[in-house]
Amino acid sequence: MNINRKFFNQIAFIALALFAAVSLACSGQQMGGGGNTSSSGTIKISGTGSTFVKPMMDKWGSEFGKLNPNIQIDYSGTGSGAGIKGIQNRTVDFGGSDAAMTDDEMKQTTGGEIVHLPVVLGAVVLTYNLPDVKEPLKLTPELISDIFLGKIRKWNDPKLKAENPNLNLPDNDITPVFRADGSGTSDIFTDYLSKTVPEWKEKVGRTKNPQLPPGIGIGGKGNEGVMGQVKNTPNTIGYVELTFAKANNLPAAQIKNKAGNFVTADSSTVSKAAAAFADTMADDLRFEITNADGADAYPISGTVFMLVYKDQPDPVKGKALVDFLWWAINDGEQYVVDLHYAPLPESLVTKVDAKLMSITSGGKPLRQ
Amino acid sequence: MAQSSTLGDKVYRTILFVAASSILLIVAAIFYMMVQSSMPTLQRFGIGFLWAREWNPSQELFGALPFIYGTVVSSLLALLIAVPISLGIAVFLVEQAPKKIARPIAFMIELLAAIPSVVYGLWGIFVLAPFIREYLGPVLQDNLGFLPIFQGRLTGIGMLTGGIILAIMITPIVTAVVRDVLEAVPNTQREAALALGATKWETTMIVLGNAASGIAGAVVLGLGRAVGETMAVTMVIGNSPQISASLFEPAYTIASVLAANFADATDEIYLSALIEMALVLFLVTVVINGLAKLLIMSVAGRANASKHT
Repeated sequence: MNINRKFFNQIAFIALALFAAVSLACSGQQMGGGGNTSSSGTIKISGTGSTFVKPMMDKWGSEFGKLNPNIQIDYSGTGSGAGIKGIQNRTVDFGGSDAAMTDDEMKQTTGGEIVHLPVVLGAVVLTYNLPDVKEPLKLTPELISDIFLGKIRKWNDPKLKAENPNLNLPDNDITPVFRADGSGTSDIFTDYLSKTVPEWKEKVGRTKNPQLPPGIGIGGKGNEGVMGQVKNTPNTIGYVELTFAKANNLPAAQIKNKAGNFVTADSSTVSKAAAAFADTMADDLRFEITNADGADAYPISGTVFMLVYKDQPDPVKGKALVDFLWWAINDGEQYVVDLHYAPLPESLVTKVDAKLMSITSGGKPLRQ
Repeated sequence: MAQSSTLGDKVYRTILFVAASSILLIVAAIFYMMVQSSMPTLQRFGIGFLWAREWNPSQELFGALPFIYGTVVSSLLALLIAVPISLGIAVFLVEQAPKKIARPIAFMIELLAAIPSVVYGLWGIFVLAPFIREYLGPVLQDNLGFLPIFQGRLTGIGMLTGGIILAIMITPIVTAVVRDVLEAVPNTQREAALALGATKWETTMIVLGNAASGIAGAVVLGLGRAVGETMAVTMVIGNSPQISASLFEPAYTIASVLAANFADATDEIYLSALIEMALVLFLVTVVINGLAKLLIMSVAGRANASKHT
């Protein structure tokens, strides 16, 4: 009898716990999807996507939250593809992506037209593990392509030595490290090489999922995965976003840009790459800034876009979202350089501000 | 007594029936969903998906063979390493060790089982991979370098590292189950063997023979974990879809490719290909379990036959 009661108590407990979990999950979904905002007083805005911009979004979210205690910004780093999927299916209020959406992706939305809002710039750097090399390695696009296609297999290859006569390059096999998951970083990297090296364009092309010839390299999951492999394996070379290389004290190669100069990636060289495109940019702001003109422009640069519906379903949340992005681009810029991102050039900020003004809810503009 | 609780019995039986059939339902629902969602690639590539070797999502080339190869080889490698070790530990704990030593060792093994796989992965990157690159790999290449499986570039990241990590991860579960099985063998058997003049070794062999079907079950459980393991393997296997004879070369498993790419797969055909990979993993598991069942039946059959002669 005693045991029986215990048993039923346990069942009841499990059932209750399940019920609680399910109801929590449901309410969580509601928060993400839209609606229900006024009841608790806080407005929750949720976003997902690009892992690259995650540290920036966290910083902006917390600073903006201090100024506007009633608005809470939640951003989860799930990958650019997931950011696009998230905004297409409206599981979030905004998506983040390192690559602009393609025309096909723009057609598969459930809430109408999507606006692309560049918020911050970043660089993809070639980082390497060569303990005896102290000066930065110099690389041309042809060298990068040859290394990742397996045509240059030794660190002391004459072609590498020609560009780096002063470096003590070892007689060891090169192990390239690439991204195993679909990623905006790969997209920027392959876009750059496709623009500069015909052989790369033909064999790999621009893609979020590059496939190297079999047996050439090892794949890491995420920026941190590539980082981990490079950091722990001598003679490797991999591509990661600049922030990750900085955070791990790893070297970044200087890259030969369109003007023929070897350029180090930093906030100013990346901003210069974007400035070079400001005048010729498409009106919908879907652009890339790889292989830019300009003597000091870093060539493997990229933009992070926030993806937002032009017509917001909920005026309260829509207003909060637009205000947040406006603040991030105009006032939040002070936090950008500390985190090793690059700010948008002035000319571009004006364009993004104009885009933000065009966002409406039920036909009414959210910001005047 | 029995009559008075017929209603209770009925309720009881219904509950059990619902519980049991829910498993069938879940399996059927998963299977249906996977077939349904992988229709685009099923129709486009047909059965050839299983042995196509090219994998290039950007060109819509999807072949499962490198992944099936990686999954099967890394798991078998893990079994090859883990099963003898687990058997050794279990036999030691049950047959040899005094209680004072057996308790802490058993506790440590249970502790190993509770470590999350991402921790194994980190350990793999920071400790195991350098160890293989600096020590184990060169020794193997110097002495057994004529074998194709030990040739090629040594990065520390690859099939062998994946296999060893998996072996460490499945050792606790195989050990725990084998220990329970051995403890279930009645002591009278050991006493009888010893009384007939058998040595400790011979006695242990008799015990192991009688526990064979249970041991096979433990191996299947370990294999199941190895086949489905994702995180730790992704971190050390190199994630390159290729079929290479060398164990030092990177490989890729089905579970890893799903984990790495599922969230980011935006186009329909790519998503469909990934779900079909999940279906393949499902079928690989079914086939492995089936083979194991056959193995158990034949081993148990032989054990029974030997008892009667």
